[in-house]
Amino acid sequence: MMAFVDTGRRAGPKPIAAGEVLLEVEGISLAFGGVKALNSISFDIRKGEVRAIIGPNGAGKTSMLNVINGFYHPQHGRITYRGEVRRRQRPDTAAQQGISRTFQNVALFKGLTTLENIMAGRALKMNVGFFWQCLRVGPALNEEIAHRRKVEEIIDFLEIEHIRKVPVGKLPYGLKKRVELGRALAQEPELLLLDEPMAGMNLEEKEDMSRFILDVREQFGTTIALIEHDMGVVMDISDRVVVLDYGRKIADGTPDEVQKNQDVIDAYLGVQH
Amino acid sequence: MEQVLEVLSMVLVEPFARMATNPAFLVQVIWEGFVSGVLYALIALGFVLIFKASGVFNFAQGIMVVFAALTLVGLHEAGVPAWVAVALALVVMYVLAVGVERIVLRPLVNQPDIILLMATIGLTRVLVGFGELVFGGEPKVMIANELGIPSGVWRIPLFDRVVVIKLIDLTAAIVAIVMVAGLAFFFSRTRIGRALRAVADDHQAALSVGISLEQIWVIVWFAAGIVALVTGIMWGARSDVSFALEIIALKALPVLILGGFTSVPGAIVGGLIIGIGEKIGEIYWGRLIGGGIESWLAYMIALLFLLFRPQGLFGEKIIERV
Amino acid sequence: MFYREAGQFKTGYADDMAVFPIRQDRIGIAVILAIAYLAVPMFGSPFFVSTIMIPMLILTMAAIGLNILTGYAGLISLGTGAFMGVGAYACFKLATAFPDVNVLVWVLASGFFSAAIGVVFGLPSLRIKGLYLAVATLAAQFFLQWCFVRIGWLTNYSSSGSIEAARRSLFGVQITGPGASETARYLCVLTLLVALTWIASNIVRGRIGRKWMMVRDMDIAAELMGVRLLPTKLLAFAVSSYFCGVAGAMLLFFHYGSMESIAFNIELSFQVLFMVIIGGLGSLIGSYLGAGFIAALPVVIKFAPQILGIELPSAVVDQVTVMIIGGLIIFFLIVEPHGFARLWQIGKQKLRVWPFPY
Repeated sequence: MMAFVDTGRRAGPKPIAAGEVLLEVEGISLAFGGVKALNSISFDIRKGEVRAIIGPNGAGKTSMLNVINGFYHPQHGRITYRGEVRRRQRPDTAAQQGISRTFQNVALFKGLTTLENIMAGRALKMNVGFFWQCLRVGPALNEEIAHRRKVEEIIDFLEIEHIRKVPVGKLPYGLKKRVELGRALAQEPELLLLDEPMAGMNLEEKEDMSRFILDVREQFGTTIALIEHDMGVVMDISDRVVVLDYGRKIADGTPDEVQKNQDVIDAYLGVQH
Repeated sequence: MEQVLEVLSMVLVEPFARMATNPAFLVQVIWEGFVSGVLYALIALGFVLIFKASGVFNFAQGIMVVFAALTLVGLHEAGVPAWVAVALALVVMYVLAVGVERIVLRPLVNQPDIILLMATIGLTRVLVGFGELVFGGEPKVMIANELGIPSGVWRIPLFDRVVVIKLIDLTAAIVAIVMVAGLAFFFSRTRIGRALRAVADDHQAALSVGISLEQIWVIVWFAAGIVALVTGIMWGARSDVSFALEIIALKALPVLILGGFTSVPGAIVGGLIIGIGEKIGEIYWGRLIGGGIESWLAYMIALLFLLFRPQGLFGEKIIERV
Repeated sequence: MFYREAGQFKTGYADDMAVFPIRQDRIGIAVILAIAYLAVPMFGSPFFVSTIMIPMLILTMAAIGLNILTGYAGLISLGTGAFMGVGAYACFKLATAFPDVNVLVWVLASGFFSAAIGVVFGLPSLRIKGLYLAVATLAAQFFLQWCFVRIGWLTNYSSSGSIEAARRSLFGVQITGPGASETARYLCVLTLLVALTWIASNIVRGRIGRKWMMVRDMDIAAELMGVRLLPTKLLAFAVSSYFCGVAGAMLLFFHYGSMESIAFNIELSFQVLFMVIIGGLGSLIGSYLGAGFIAALPVVIKFAPQILGIELPSAVVDQVTVMIIGGLIIFFLIVEPHGFARLWQIGKQKLRVWPFPY
């Protein structure tokens, strides 16, 4: 029964051991017309770590995620993922390679229920053909049920059973963020990009979300890159931090190192350059 | 092989040969295209005004043209003097603008584009039904003489032949130019015009500096109503006033695609390209495939254009964000 | 009071995902089918069956088609009428070229032709959205209509320019052409509609339907989750046009019997669009309710005043109908953008918890 679950990206190259470099960006520059959003940025993400990208507003953090995603195409620089250099690619290929993400301003499918949204995350892994889809018996129904089982596991994990059949448009913000995390998890990503997963949450919700993020890494071995403004959270849960300011990288290292870095302090406190 | 060459010559050589052998006729064709282009542009102008200020794609602009013209003719038939009828028709268009703002736009603020589009399609039906109920479904004759629109023709000798220019067409072109100039002045020089542009840029920002959205919307819909009345008079004087215009008015859509939805000069240039393009296409190439291609040529031109420049001639490129 | 689901337990995900998970709904649908198959043909007057039921069911099919495109995939189309026309002309050509094959086969096959044409005109949807796409579909509407008039081969060079349904039969009963009984035509239409509705409901509830709704609700997010936009949108165009094409073929063979190109004009496109809006975007039940409402409205407006002793001229009936439909579209968009379908749901919810408010 589980045979056709997980067929999505079994064919990938050899698995990467924890601690090795999973994704490397080198000299990425991105400009919109005359505005330089990213200026020669380089850093790497290692398998199994929680990597935070921080910086003041407008520093280019979301643009960086968009570049990794393949949604924006940088003018210069190269991205190496799993040891392969990526050329210009469509966003849907990144998803096929096991990169999934959440968005700064929740981008859920608002006409669908929680359950359907998370099922949507399985889109890539479902492939029973059109004919069976029309009849919805045999393989199509079995596939649907197998994936439903998987989705229910995620719903259990995130403790959102009670809103299973509620259209997501009606959910409060904190729960929306959680459903969006569930949708990204349903893709069974190797690399999970989280764009401000805790923005606008109260302390309790932040604690819950931090726990989920650490649990995800623990249970599934997922590598996580996150953008976050709450320094307390960033320092607590991330292994390494890269700091951007005005599209440039100004620091990179463990939370302790970054905290002591003078450039970072200046960027946040606003020193006259 | 020979057949291929023959077809190629029919498509690529003969039409140009015909243009060259009778340039006066070509000028005549271009003039006819120019005039219908001006009228397309006028309808498109109404669309642009509303789209700029409220982000609403007003599908009903074409029907507003018919409705305005019918009101004018209907009032005159009821015994109202011509110029009084014009004034009354303007009042009707103002009432319509207020009504649309109150009943349709205000409750639908911040809805997705497609919902607003469908709402204006609904508005189209209301106006069609109401217009036919009040004025009847038969075509009417525009009161061109009473309004002092010249009839008659100019014959201009050219290349040993004569190009015929109807004075009514000339009037339409001049009126259109005056109106566009007036609108340009209104947008750039008056206080309301500037407020209007502010609203176009960002509704919430405009609200926060104390510009009333409701007022602006009434003003643009009224302005679009005035444009509709003028268009209706000109169009009606050239043919007649009937609901058949509804279908022709849809051609303002390809015009907008060419010109960009928010650009007044775009509407004019797009209108002329479509008007002249489809006349030349019909006269010189249409007969090759049986004629009547005017009904869809404009849309196909727009479609091809879309594939290469989706933002239109004068539109701005949109950067998508997540 | 009778609408209670207490005591009905779901023991597997398959039960939970069924079309009608509640027993009362299953009984309800059985009753409706029984009425449609038995009561209507037995007790319905020929006028009722042939001028109300048949066109209503056919237009429901077209509404389902457009709803797949607009309601589920979020792509607006003003070319429905022309796509229906493609189905009608294709079916006419097939049925005259191969008279020995059963006409029902050709009705179903004609949908594939409009699906192919639909895909061609759906290609621009990769680069353009919303209003722009509306213009692309207008191009389809006017271009195809021109083809119906100008290409003589499509009408077998008929001098009147019209296409006609030939006499054909099924199990020895004549179902199309002059002289076919309205009961036979009605049962054919009903069966095709029920079968295709079932298929549509399977598609929209499964993997494909979810992809369409993903693209509709947030195309960027869908793309970043691995959905390839073009194939997804084109499939929506294909499936939608298939339903419209079959509806067009049925309109010719089971309703009018003889049609001219003018019948597939933009008015028809609008009529189907209004059914979808009023019925409810993204709802199959809504397609039924919307089509039923728009088909019934002119009849009601015509006969209601007669009961009160007022005789309205037919022109006035038409105009009032047009106005009411326009007004209702605005009303629904403002008050309940999901149309009758949502009202239906709300009604059911109220019934579930009755007599308590919630």
